[in-house]
Amino acid sequence: MPDPILELRDVKTHFPVTHGFIFKRHLGTVKAVDGVTLSIERGEVLGLVGESGCGKSTLARTIMQLVPTTAGAVVLEGKNLTTGTLAEVHDVRRDLQMVFQDPYASLNPRITVFDTLAEPLLVHKVCPAADVPARVAELMQLVGLSPRFMQKYPHEFSGGQRQRIAIARALALEPKIIIADEPVSALDVSIQAQILNLISQLCRKMNLSLIFIAHDLSVVKHISDRIAVMYLGKIVELGPAVEVIERPLHPYTRALISAIPTANPDAERSRQRIVLPGDPPSPMNPPAGCSFHPRCPYVQEKCKAAVPPLIPGDHNRTVACVRIGEI
Amino acid sequence: MPLLTVTDLRTYFHTRNGVYRAVDGVSFSVERGETLGIVGESGSGKSVTCYSIMGLVPTPPGRIESGTAMFDGVDLLHSTPAQARAIRGKRVAMIFQDPMTSLNPYLRISEQLIEPLLIHEKISKADALRRGLEILDAVGINDAAKRIHLYPHEFSGGMRQRVMIAMALITRPELLIADEPTTALDVTVQAQILELIKKMQRELGMAVVFITHDLGVVSGLCDRVQVMYAGRIMETTDTRTLFYGPRHPYTRALQRSIPSLQPKGAELYTIRGMPPDLSKPLPGCPFAPRCEFALEKCVSNNVQLIEVAPGHAHACLRAQQGEI
Repeated sequence: MPDPILELRDVKTHFPVTHGFIFKRHLGTVKAVDGVTLSIERGEVLGLVGESGCGKSTLARTIMQLVPTTAGAVVLEGKNLTTGTLAEVHDVRRDLQMVFQDPYASLNPRITVFDTLAEPLLVHKVCPAADVPARVAELMQLVGLSPRFMQKYPHEFSGGQRQRIAIARALALEPKIIIADEPVSALDVSIQAQILNLISQLCRKMNLSLIFIAHDLSVVKHISDRIAVMYLGKIVELGPAVEVIERPLHPYTRALISAIPTANPDAERSRQRIVLPGDPPSPMNPPAGCSFHPRCPYVQEKCKAAVPPLIPGDHNRTVACVRIGEI
Repeated sequence: MPLLTVTDLRTYFHTRNGVYRAVDGVSFSVERGETLGIVGESGSGKSVTCYSIMGLVPTPPGRIESGTAMFDGVDLLHSTPAQARAIRGKRVAMIFQDPMTSLNPYLRISEQLIEPLLIHEKISKADALRRGLEILDAVGINDAAKRIHLYPHEFSGGMRQRVMIAMALITRPELLIADEPTTALDVTVQAQILELIKKMQRELGMAVVFITHDLGVVSGLCDRVQVMYAGRIMETTDTRTLFYGPRHPYTRALQRSIPSLQPKGAELYTIRGMPPDLSKPLPGCPFAPRCEFALEKCVSNNVQLIEVAPGHAHACLRAQQGEI
């Protein structure tokens, strides 16, 4: 029985592009997120991949209600966040927390780790002020940091440790969903593995739902149950992680996967790589029809005519490509 | 004779908090036309090694304490400025990690692109521009005649990296040093840039030193690889051996922490602990505190990089003695 904790219904986030300060001329609209429908189960890890500029971070911010939604609904346990009042959204943020990419920028350098972790507890009044130090110590232990370091400042920690602090901060309110926006891309391989292990352990232990955003597909495959591939503000493929990585259906997913260099020299030298021509088009002026068609090796006239819908297929997979049976 | 021979290079940074031994006794050589990969985590000294060779280490706080870098009979570390200038930017060129910050935003692409030509060759501006157009074409910039007069901000990240490559290759260098040229780019663009570097290398017959932290990139591109840690070379060998028969525990550990090589959902292998503080003297093997095979002697004895098979050298005491 599916029990979605979070549902996105045709979510659109558009940003106006204007010129001038007083007499704003409207130059166009950046369709950063353009019609995303998605649901996340309780305890599920959803990987979100795509190139820079495809809208994955904007989608995360839209779910968090950090940017206003242009159209559509973000529904958390039956509550529509897009129509909620500020106070309602504030309450809901307890259940919805975020871990950012750069642990050097996402922690306040002027306050101690204790203050960083205590702030959400005090703002949301989750426990009596007297219990806060104990709770902070508990959080630090949870992410593998010694509570001895409570009174230290962020600059005294390494990148991996800072990311642990950021994770502890996200867990402070015992959220139901965590959105991790590229949480390991700023870290070295050996530290990356530690943080990935920590995130997946915590999710299992606390039955958290996780939206894991990354551009490194091997990392996403490892941690996710399902993967959604985004291109220019739309989801082009969605399915179980192993299926999507090992048998990609959408031409864009295929190209993306073939572009990843593997740590296997023999296979690397013999395999045929799909090198996509050009760069992704501007989201201000997306191509007509399928937005991938100018770079697609399988393009036909019908691809340029209409935006392909997400079509459900076998194994819980959906793909937005009209030529899916033919290629 | 190798094109570039670096011997016992030591680059230290003298800071208020002590002396950081960023590069601590590194020796290697690059043959004509080959691709050498230098792999390591941040702080392993891979970039500083190349910055030292190119004379780009900020002095102070940096200082090259010892060593030589012989490029075709000239020691780049101890040459006169005029000698160094004649080689740097002409026969040895470098491209950097971040194409967003390594182009001058105030200058048109045309001006920065042909600058090396105007400096190093007796050439008129019109001829230089013609060469500029040719090289932009070669690196895959469409409509080069129009685009050459644009400013860097009008180019995307991948295009800027192509311009950087064009700028480095315009003097037909014999050695190209690439410092993480694809780290800031998306995978699809990374694939384009790697193909481009391979193609240009074939056409010009140049040697490439490719610095990266991504073992995957190395596997498809490099002939030989050296793994660095804490300012020292841990292992150096041909690419196949590095992947299929690594000897040094650090190389093995690095490989085991790549997620794609591990069964899905399993606990990822991690290297315990943290990289060492380079401002403290490190007797013995710098990896010993994190190594699962480390013994007492690893910490106390001095470890040398020793050749164990033709072209394969590593700096692990226990592996050298045949214990692991």
